[in-house]
Amino acid sequence: MPQFDPSSFASQLFWLAVMFVALYWIVAKIAIPRIGEVLDQRARVIQDDLDRATQLKAETDQAIATYEKAMAAARAQAFDHMRTIQAELKTVADARTAEVSNAVNRQINEAEARIGEAKKKALESIKNVAADTARDVVAKLAGLSPDAGAVDNAVAAALKDAH
Amino acid sequence: MEHPETGHSPMEQFIIEPLISINLAGYDISYTNSALFMTFAVAATALLFWGATRQRTMVPGRLQATAELLYEFVANMVKENTGTEGMRYFPFVFTLFMFILFGNVLGLMPYAFTFTSHIIVTAAMAVFIFLAVTIIGFARHGLHFFSLFVPPGAPLGIAIVLAPLELFSYLIRPVSMSLRLFANMLAGHVLLKVLAGFVISLGVVYGVVPFLAVFAVTLLEIMVALIQAYVFALLTCIYLNDAIHLH
Repeated sequence: MPQFDPSSFASQLFWLAVMFVALYWIVAKIAIPRIGEVLDQRARVIQDDLDRATQLKAETDQAIATYEKAMAAARAQAFDHMRTIQAELKTVADARTAEVSNAVNRQINEAEARIGEAKKKALESIKNVAADTARDVVAKLAGLSPDAGAVDNAVAAALKDAH
Repeated sequence: MEHPETGHSPMEQFIIEPLISINLAGYDISYTNSALFMTFAVAATALLFWGATRQRTMVPGRLQATAELLYEFVANMVKENTGTEGMRYFPFVFTLFMFILFGNVLGLMPYAFTFTSHIIVTAAMAVFIFLAVTIIGFARHGLHFFSLFVPPGAPLGIAIVLAPLELFSYLIRPVSMSLRLFANMLAGHVLLKVLAGFVISLGVVYGVVPFLAVFAVTLLEIMVALIQAYVFALLTCIYLNDAIHLH
């Protein structure tokens, strides 16, 4: 086996050392710094992007919060306005209702007064008719001509009983 | 192990052939086919990382994605097994991983040489890691490093019995580590060579069977090449973790 021929050992060991040292220099001084730099740079860019995304998200959240606060304030203001207007309208409506119902009541009172008047008048005229009728009846049946005052009194008494 | 038909031995592929003869202070340190493929592994890694990091775009291209994948794969392996303190050894583990990975994978090419199929190479790497881990352990913990050999929570009687076993398993680490890589590479390449020899000797008709076997074993060997590079790097991380955190 050529592997166990010691005459080549010195040469193999020498060139192994030379080549390994050469490769170590290439790897340690050139390859690793360059590749490491690329990887670091990429990691940094990704981290920056992530940081920016986080920051933008925070800004967005803040904007949304501001918007919602403004919205809530506007809504509250609108409610206030509405309530004020409602209150005003209620006052006006109450005033108008009171006014109208006063007018109606007054008219009703007037009408009732008028009805009362008419009723009194009607009762008066009924008394006269009754007295006239009573006098005519007495004249026809008894042939008497009764005293006008006595007839009126009798009619008034009868009407009082009828009431 | 001469093959009857072709006359080629399956071991022939492991022969070290000097390309440029160099002699330094009495040592033969010729530039060989092994050194050439180590050069290829270094060049391939350098080319991959050079091409991958030429533009360095935010959205990586194919080559850059490959390099980043390898980087993060090894970086995560080191971080998960040794913690953040172990990350200072990340360049070493990454180099080790890439060197063995390309050594294994390039060795699978036809006519290629696999320098990880030589025990002296895998042993040198394993012994270096063993010594480095031991030195790091003593440097960080002093004599307290010996507590690594006492199983945590074991009663004294059991600890006395277990400590030599723990010490033995610690000392055997470079052996198992180097043999694992060496044997996997050796066996895979011998198997491929033997099966490929059957294709020739059985001819066009019956040779289809070993040819399909070569195809299947090649796929398996690609997987083994990746897994063994991973295992070597992972064991390095685990040993480093022992040295850094003891238990």
